[in-house]
Amino acid sequence: MSTTQAPLVDLKGVGKRFGAVRALDSVDLMFQAGECLGLIGHNGAGKSTLMHILAGTLRADSGALLMAGADVRSGYSVQVARQHGIRCVFQELSLCPNLTVAENTRLMCPALRGFGWRRRAGALIVASLDSIFPGHGISPSAVIADLPIGQRQMVEIARAFTCVDEHLALVILDEPTSSLDARVAEQLLRHVRRYVEGGGCVVLISHILGEMLATCDRIAVMSDGCVVEVRAANAFTHASLVESMGSMAKAQAASQVFVSKRDSQTPVVNQRPARQRNQQTVAAWAGEIVGLAGLAGQGQSQWLVHLLRERVAKGLPVALVAGDRQTDGIFNLWSIAENITISSLAALKRGALIDPAAEQSMAAQWQQRMGIRTPDMNSPILSLSGGNQQKALFARALASDSDLILMDDPMRGVDVGTKREVYAIIKDEASRGRTFIWYTTELEELDHCDHIYVFRDGQTVADMARDQLSEAQVLRSSFQEEVA
Amino acid sequence: MNAPQPMTLKPQPQASGAVTPAAARAVNRARLLRNALPAVSLIVLLATIFIMQPRAMSYMGMNLMLNLAVPIALATIAQMLIITVNDLDLSLGSFISFVACVAATLLNDHPLLGCLALVGCVAVYALLGALIHIRQLPAIVVTLGMSFIWVGGAVLLLPAPGGSAPQWLQALVKIKTPLLPFAVVMCVVLAVAVHLFLMRSTWGVVLRGAGGNPLAIAKAGWSLLKIKVTLYAMAGTFGVLSGLFLVGLTTSADANMALRYTLLSIAGVILGGGEFTGGRVSPVGAVLGALTLVLAGSLLSFIRISPDWQIGAQGAILILVLALRTAVNRLEARPT
Amino acid sequence: MNLNLHFDRVRSKPWLWSFLAALLVWLATLVFTRGEGAGALTSSALSFSAFFVIVGVGQMFVITTGPGNIDLSIPANIALSGAVGMKLMDSQNDLIVLGVAGVLGVGVLVGCANYALIRVLRIPPIIATLSASFLLQSVAIAYGRSVRIAPPELFYQFSTGNVMGVPYLAVAVVLLTVFAGYLLSRTLYGRWALAVGQNIRAAELAGVRVERVRWATYVLSAVFASLCGVLLAGFSGGASLSMGDEYLLASIAVVVIGGTSVAGGFSNVPGLWGAALFLYLLVSMLNTFGASAGVRLILTGVIIIAVIAAVSGRKSLRSL
Repeated sequence: MSTTQAPLVDLKGVGKRFGAVRALDSVDLMFQAGECLGLIGHNGAGKSTLMHILAGTLRADSGALLMAGADVRSGYSVQVARQHGIRCVFQELSLCPNLTVAENTRLMCPALRGFGWRRRAGALIVASLDSIFPGHGISPSAVIADLPIGQRQMVEIARAFTCVDEHLALVILDEPTSSLDARVAEQLLRHVRRYVEGGGCVVLISHILGEMLATCDRIAVMSDGCVVEVRAANAFTHASLVESMGSMAKAQAASQVFVSKRDSQTPVVNQRPARQRNQQTVAAWAGEIVGLAGLAGQGQSQWLVHLLRERVAKGLPVALVAGDRQTDGIFNLWSIAENITISSLAALKRGALIDPAAEQSMAAQWQQRMGIRTPDMNSPILSLSGGNQQKALFARALASDSDLILMDDPMRGVDVGTKREVYAIIKDEASRGRTFIWYTTELEELDHCDHIYVFRDGQTVADMARDQLSEAQVLRSSFQEEVA
Repeated sequence: MNAPQPMTLKPQPQASGAVTPAAARAVNRARLLRNALPAVSLIVLLATIFIMQPRAMSYMGMNLMLNLAVPIALATIAQMLIITVNDLDLSLGSFISFVACVAATLLNDHPLLGCLALVGCVAVYALLGALIHIRQLPAIVVTLGMSFIWVGGAVLLLPAPGGSAPQWLQALVKIKTPLLPFAVVMCVVLAVAVHLFLMRSTWGVVLRGAGGNPLAIAKAGWSLLKIKVTLYAMAGTFGVLSGLFLVGLTTSADANMALRYTLLSIAGVILGGGEFTGGRVSPVGAVLGALTLVLAGSLLSFIRISPDWQIGAQGAILILVLALRTAVNRLEARPT
Repeated sequence: MNLNLHFDRVRSKPWLWSFLAALLVWLATLVFTRGEGAGALTSSALSFSAFFVIVGVGQMFVITTGPGNIDLSIPANIALSGAVGMKLMDSQNDLIVLGVAGVLGVGVLVGCANYALIRVLRIPPIIATLSASFLLQSVAIAYGRSVRIAPPELFYQFSTGNVMGVPYLAVAVVLLTVFAGYLLSRTLYGRWALAVGQNIRAAELAGVRVERVRWATYVLSAVFASLCGVLLAGFSGGASLSMGDEYLLASIAVVVIGGTSVAGGFSNVPGLWGAALFLYLLVSMLNTFGASAGVRLILTGVIIIAVIAAVSGRKSLRSL
């Protein structure tokens, strides 16, 4: 590794906030030509935010982006990034599903024009595919929507490495192997090595420790919006990587004696995830708080929604607290009261009509119980802060008559004070016999659960009671490891 | 009792990147079937007509059957261009009526003024595209309002049915082409020309991409505003052509003469394999769809069912083809 | 408190606007005629608006359930129901009940057919109701071909009569709108429909039975259109095939001008009356001013576009 060379990109003290949430806190990181830099960290550590800033899709609040010695932070955009030869492959695909592979290539290469452009674009992308994924079997005239997700990912990657009279210096690969099978993933990693040895730079984000250790030259570990450690890859082992990601064994809070609630008759829920390959099920008993852990997007939310649909179809009681408030939870045009009562309307009827007085009193009761800070429950829901909106969603689920409450990472972007209040209410409700299934991406929240299932790739891969819970165990199961 | 049980960590095949050849073949077959559906429907319809009434197979017979298809095909192409960016034009029929009225009055009496008015129409469409994009308005409602405006304009120009199409226009639509009737030639030329532009040119790629994934298009540095304006202006142009052709055939105009075209054009696009969202459209399919709708009407007269059911037959064919497409889509085992 | 006030204002604004506009147009007309014919104008405005409102209520519920939902089968349904109603009643007073029941049955069937097409063929509601309307149109032509049957005397009197200048019909439709208002804000169905229109995924996750809501909505819209059809036939002394034609655009226009959000999830029942009165009075005002039919239509269009341009921008709206 040549450290004498000037870095390609140098980030100095880059910071970024989303409202009250601090996503990045003064990150210093250097990207050099001829190296593969690995970026690793638990959910919400700030990896994706940092990469979006580098790619120009997000703007940094503070700090400097030095390129060839000059700060380009102000006025930085996707176009500027492309001019500097920075390309990225993000998890959300940026292909047009209604166009063919060749046509999608053309969108990124305006230089392809004139008679026969389709043939040339096709040749270009096939050449790139051939060099990265030999034996890929993708036709340039295939329509993207007809390709399986893995092949789309391959096209997206190959397109990033294609260039017609354009300068290409740095490629960001964000979880590129998540939808590729082992053989294809290996082809990609080999290509990354070849490309890097030819003088290019790659930033690799992956949750598969083995491939990080084998492919990267340096690995930067992120936690809580900071880069906590940067070392040469060969100075890390599986164990030391996992350890540096965790928030360093905290003094364990004096937890009450753990009593399993699993000796009573039958579980309330006992269901196998759809992609589970063995007989392992996720189960919850009355009065239990069950935690679903693992990295984000490993099928926890899908499992919850699937469970919800099934119970609604069977007419069984169920309620869900959404974490993604905007898309899954809030009814924007409604008042706080209306947002809370939507799941309990049947109980508020007097005759055929909903009784406004009963509705108001339910709203008032839950305002008090949840401590929703507003002068008037008939104000629009959007007048509340994010944390209070989340409380309203909790109120919606808890006000319903359901004894099973599903929670889909409900504490995203919620401040600490609110969290504490809600934890107490959940515990209280559970002690009255309600069952909670709680998907969370925050490790500390697992301490509130009686039983934990770790999800990976749509399956539950570990299951432990609270007295056996350890952060290291959860992390180890979350990150795929080679069989020893 | 609850010992931590790390599951056996055997290397599992994940969502596969490379599909098995058999699965790929199934997908290809389904796609082929889906793409061939509009053509197959038309062929089945034509074959039935020819069997019922062999005389229809002649030059004259085809001309008679398909003459009115040309303006409908043009209207369908116009609608398709709007649907490309996930919008819908509810004013197309009244716009075509308006154009017909302009042609039967202004264009006939003061050719220069008439031409200017028609160019103005296209400009209005371009402006609509800009308005809808900039203010993020629902196209359905804006074009609904426009439909009142076009009909109003048409009534102002021609309070009672009448007027007269310019002689050159009447002569133009009656051209006798060798071998195949003019209507067939027109439809083929139309389908091929629009196909080359929208499906084969680099421009077309960007236009369709804007329907498929607008965010990606914007990120790649293209202006969505320009794209929308272009498509609306082109739709306006095809609407003008449709109105001119129609009035050439009927020789006189009426403010309500083409109101049915709005719904027919939407049906034609869908019948031709287009979808309302995602930029999935097919110019060749749209023309075939328009022809199918027109012929569905003729078929009934050949099998001596009362003309009452003509519109119904169009509805029935629409439902039938959509049902077939749904069946094909379900057949298509989409790998995840 | 401030926010609350603001919220109330936003909620009631669209409702007020259309009535205010209707009132202004009414005054302008009367100023022009120096107060002559005020009673007749008001009376006919109420009558004609009533028809707009009936179909408007149905269309409003459909539009409430979210972007892409629209019922294009209304005109064909009106034509068919008018014909069915007149045939069943056969000009006899004692068959009125049978006729109305038959028409409501037609409405339910049409609604179920629309929903079945949407659900089974998985096609957008626009194209489903469009193809259904083609079929209905043919049925109406084939069925209603025979000689024009006059409505029963009693039915005719109900459709056209008035008490002290207020048409019976208008009274009935006001009651209907009150019912619709309760349906929207005070029943499970109405709340669910509003929730689905705002955010269909959130609605499902909150336990709303989305498919039932959609089914009920299309049935409701078809029943209202059928009702409009038979009343219109009674009003105009018999059914005619083209009597529903203007109601497609009118039903959407009334909903939009009345302050219902085209993006769904926010609806305004009283606004329907305001918008219907406004549209009718605008036309008659331009009539008294001597404006031609063309100018009237153009102004109507300009107003629709102006309203949508003014109302939007609160929130990005997509048409489909």
